[in-house]
Amino acid sequence: MSSVRPNLRVDVTGTETVVQLSGALLTEFLAEMERPFAQVSAKSGTLRLSLGGLSAMDTGGAWMVANLRNRLQRDGVDVVLEGGAEDQMALLRTVSAAMPNDDLDDTPSRSPWDWLEQWGKNLVGGWQSALSLISFLGETLVALAREVARPHKLRWASLVTHMQDTGFNAVPIIGLMGFLIGVVLAFQGATQLQRFGAEVFVVELISISVLRELGILLTAIIVAGRSGSAFTASVGSMKVQQEIDAMQTLGLDPIRVLVVPRVLALLIMLPLLGFVANLFGLLGGGLMSWINLGVSPGMFVTRLYENTDVTHLLVGMVKAPFFALVIGVVACWQAFQVKSSSTSVGQRTTSSVVQGIFLVIALDALFSIFFAGLGI
Amino acid sequence: MNAVDTQPMPEATAEREAVIKVRGLRNQFGRQVVHDNLDLDVWRGEVLGIVGGSGTGKSVLLRTIVGLNRPAAGNIEVLGTDVLNAPESERRKVETRWGVAFQDGALFSSLTVLQNVMAPMREHLKLSSNLMKDLGALKVGLVGLPHFACEKLPSELSGGMRKRAALARALALDPQIVFLDEPTAGLDPIGAAAYDDLIGELQRALGITVFMVTHDLDSLYAICDRIAVLAEKRVLVEGPIETMTDIDHPWVQEYFTGPRARAAQVKGSRRSQ
Repeated sequence: MSSVRPNLRVDVTGTETVVQLSGALLTEFLAEMERPFAQVSAKSGTLRLSLGGLSAMDTGGAWMVANLRNRLQRDGVDVVLEGGAEDQMALLRTVSAAMPNDDLDDTPSRSPWDWLEQWGKNLVGGWQSALSLISFLGETLVALAREVARPHKLRWASLVTHMQDTGFNAVPIIGLMGFLIGVVLAFQGATQLQRFGAEVFVVELISISVLRELGILLTAIIVAGRSGSAFTASVGSMKVQQEIDAMQTLGLDPIRVLVVPRVLALLIMLPLLGFVANLFGLLGGGLMSWINLGVSPGMFVTRLYENTDVTHLLVGMVKAPFFALVIGVVACWQAFQVKSSSTSVGQRTTSSVVQGIFLVIALDALFSIFFAGLGI
Repeated sequence: MNAVDTQPMPEATAEREAVIKVRGLRNQFGRQVVHDNLDLDVWRGEVLGIVGGSGTGKSVLLRTIVGLNRPAAGNIEVLGTDVLNAPESERRKVETRWGVAFQDGALFSSLTVLQNVMAPMREHLKLSSNLMKDLGALKVGLVGLPHFACEKLPSELSGGMRKRAALARALALDPQIVFLDEPTAGLDPIGAAAYDDLIGELQRALGITVFMVTHDLDSLYAICDRIAVLAEKRVLVEGPIETMTDIDHPWVQEYFTGPRARAAQVKGSRRSQ
């Protein structure tokens, strides 16, 4: 481009100040022009702003000129624009008309008690979300009960798809996780038990901890991360695209169409996945005991039969549907809280996973207290 | 009159400077050929309207010129730079001299309107942050948005305001060419007319060249200096809108002499009086 750097010259003659602008007053040169423009000042009287030497001017340049004029006029100086070409003057008029009247400085003032206000807002907000989540849980349970009562009205295709996504497709990762947990338990247990010469108790250590707690808990955590996030992201995107609004206007209940198949799929698949995790946990533990401690597979199975009651398995499995409900309901509820932007889909997906995992662990702790109270 | 002919009118060629020059463009997706041997010139300072039935590749043409879609063959020159073969640095330079406003705005949803407008400035200009804020607010004002819109997120704006905000972002770097994709689609007639006036006004005040894909006959009559009709995989005809009714082609005839076109023509002539 044939653009000459802009220049600003100030001449003072008596009460009259003349500001000569020349060159190309373009946005790309404004950084260096900011200071000269800011330094222009006149006590009073008349200031002539000569645009005659300007070879080019864009909106940024016009803003500088208009801003200078406005500033000087506020200080009581008479500003006369002269020498501008017709199109430059037109641009100046357009830009002046578009300039905001007030300054952009409207950041709210900070008070030392802001944190208290924020704290209160968070508290009330948290309480309201908790209420909303509980009412969503209620709605989902009612819808679930209705669907189960009338199975012919159930959306089978959707249910089966979600069962495949959340259940069948998760088998490899759940199996591998269970296997590794068994291996780790056997390895860690063995090193400790060997010191007492009680290696053989490693079988109980593995079977009870895997069947009662770890198998189902870790499965639930993986499913919360894997399927909970998927539920929130997919339903949340539908919310952004107004698909959920569309459903409502078509007389479709979003809870029935979107939430019930997902939650039901989890209710069916999470216990099965937990069982898979249990199997692989025992397998991994047994293998490691054999390699590390010389507990033969035969001995492992015999001790398993003799010393591990089936109640341990049942205590573990009983928790699965509750975990499934928590994960499904939290994920779908978070999805319904999505606002109309893609950022909020991301935020809600994160909260969905964090809340799902947290609630699963909290629920597991409650179950432990409950079962301890019952003496099981 | 056999006017299915893309020869530019001879009398004005001397003073016109082509800011966009498309030659022999071919676009295809799989087996479907969208453009074949398409030629188009956009002259400096004009408002060019691109029309055509759906599926004739109006938006594809826009996307190809701004480099979002690589053509199968052909040449595209924008402001004297061969955008398809120029080195990266030269391409970047040209990119700062055009602005694109997408159909639904395509504003960054996590940024406020002002931050959206400032985003290209931050990237390409070395300005102090105060000056950048002021210039950003100026652009927001130029497109006729109220000052409080600066601090809003795109999701808090109406569709019409989002389109204006998108135009403000397209104008952020004082471009020489502005590309608009369906600028008035989805706006009410009053909003659409106001947007048309805005584009015309900005075009005159800032001296920009406007390349717009549109379906809106009112826009075509109100602000377009010239119209290019896409059909049969190329620019079938181009010229001022008054000449369109003389073109002997079924689609062009139906488009420009249908009842909606006649209504728009009446309105357009009324507005220009």
